[in-house]
Amino acid sequence: MSLDKPPVLSIRDASLAFGHRTLWSGLDLDVAPGEFIAVLGPNGTGKTSLLKAVLGLQQLSSGRIELLGTPASRGDRRVGYIPQQKLLEQGTPLRARDLVALGVDGTRLGPPIPSRATRAKVDEVLEAVGATSYAKSPVATLSGGEQQRVRIAQAIASDPSVLLCDEPLLSLDLAHQRSVSELINEQRKRLTTAVLFVTHDVNPILGMVDRVLYLAGGHFRIGTPAEVLRSDVLSELYGTPVDVFESHGRIVVIGGGESEHAHFEEGGL
Amino acid sequence: MDWSILFDFTDYGELLALVRNSILAGAVLGIVGGLIGVFVMTRDMAFAVHGISELSFAGASAALLFGANVVLGSLAGSLVAAILIGVLGSRARERNSIIAVLMPFGLGLGILFLALYEGRAANKFGLLTGQIVSVDNPQLSWLLLISAIVIAALLVLWRPLSFASVDVDVARAKGLPVDALGLIFMVLLALATAVSIQIVGALLVLSLLVTPAAAAMRVTANPILTPLLSVAFAVTSVVGGILLALGGGLPISPYVTTISFAIYLVCRIVGRSNRSSRPRRLAPGVSR
Repeated sequence: MSLDKPPVLSIRDASLAFGHRTLWSGLDLDVAPGEFIAVLGPNGTGKTSLLKAVLGLQQLSSGRIELLGTPASRGDRRVGYIPQQKLLEQGTPLRARDLVALGVDGTRLGPPIPSRATRAKVDEVLEAVGATSYAKSPVATLSGGEQQRVRIAQAIASDPSVLLCDEPLLSLDLAHQRSVSELINEQRKRLTTAVLFVTHDVNPILGMVDRVLYLAGGHFRIGTPAEVLRSDVLSELYGTPVDVFESHGRIVVIGGGESEHAHFEEGGL
Repeated sequence: MDWSILFDFTDYGELLALVRNSILAGAVLGIVGGLIGVFVMTRDMAFAVHGISELSFAGASAALLFGANVVLGSLAGSLVAAILIGVLGSRARERNSIIAVLMPFGLGLGILFLALYEGRAANKFGLLTGQIVSVDNPQLSWLLLISAIVIAALLVLWRPLSFASVDVDVARAKGLPVDALGLIFMVLLALATAVSIQIVGALLVLSLLVTPAAAAMRVTANPILTPLLSVAFAVTSVVGGILLALGGGLPISPYVTTISFAIYLVCRIVGRSNRSSRPRRLAPGVSR
């Protein structure tokens, strides 16, 4: 992490409201190259909407979002996106490498014949995520963990400066949660890509995050996990007593209308 | 039973010359059906095809009744249906109920128009179950023109449309206009359905727009091989069906549907043995 460099992502006085309900307001956040930020909070607090705003798919109510000095806009190749783990339909006519290729040239017109440069890029990122051995397998026959690995390859294939991850560990077992989050961490260090990681459970990534953005009840806190994930800070944020326990390196938040394994929002963008 | 009604190949050469147009139309329809079928499968639109074809049937029978161009009539019907389904049914559940509501209405309208029609009975039946080898020249030009539009549009949009079909969240995040692509697809599907009805009939359109692609997807996941195989299967079914039908007194459609079903069966069996013979590998570091 290099906080002295200009931020890759800069959110200024941003607010988002749907009708009378304000999800967040006055949000200021500068994300440094290679910085790992966890976006936490209960359901319906606008975690996914924040990612959508960075993707240019959600209009802010006020404020602005800039990527390396230019306003965030739809289809920006400097942004990578990893969705919730949703198994692809059986029979989907794509092999793992074809799904990755879509990350490089999927928005271009024409028949699905990848250029030499695209093929080389696909080989490179599959190698980087350790998915070369199943590159030619139908993607729907891969396990959830393998598919998520392929998705990481797809997301980094366009050399993004910011990687947005929307609950990428959802419905993975503990071992896969660990390996997938380690892989994301590895890649952000290798490529100095900033990561914005939306999750309902911070524990699989606790050892990796630089800062936490905690959204709750229309307010937010930004800081290191040690600064934010505390009983007094979260109680103030929620406006009701909240207990944060730490046991064996895991953090459990109790109260505030959520348990650690709260129900999460369904669906992606 | 007189088997010559199924197969009788005397005077085959002369017959062949008569149906040259139909064979050409059949081959082009095979290409259209095979290509668009891949997206019908990946977008889970098989039921929509059926719904569109019933309204297309209503349009065609209205055209028959009022002496208008039948191809244009079925085109109007399928466009109305496809746009309704596309605009109102963005979610699968909503979509299915809209189709289920439209389908009997379309079929009922079609039957009404046909009941009022006093022309040749074969024309009536043909719209539902397939025309007998009588594609005349003006009709053929319409079929070829519409087919050419569908094929060209699919080739140009192939990559983004695949992206939006199999991986919609990431496609949207990458800035693709997935909703607009969905509507464009529905229009192309309407065009493809309207032309398919002219050969196989409204009730059997699925054998052209779904079965070949479903068969291809059983044996390969290669995104280039899938449409090629699907087209090969569809062309074989239609052209093979027309050639076989010539030798008997039956409509084309049973031959077309039987060939396409047989191909599907073979692909299922081949696909299964492929799948079971491939050892399940575990990724290093993933499944410990």
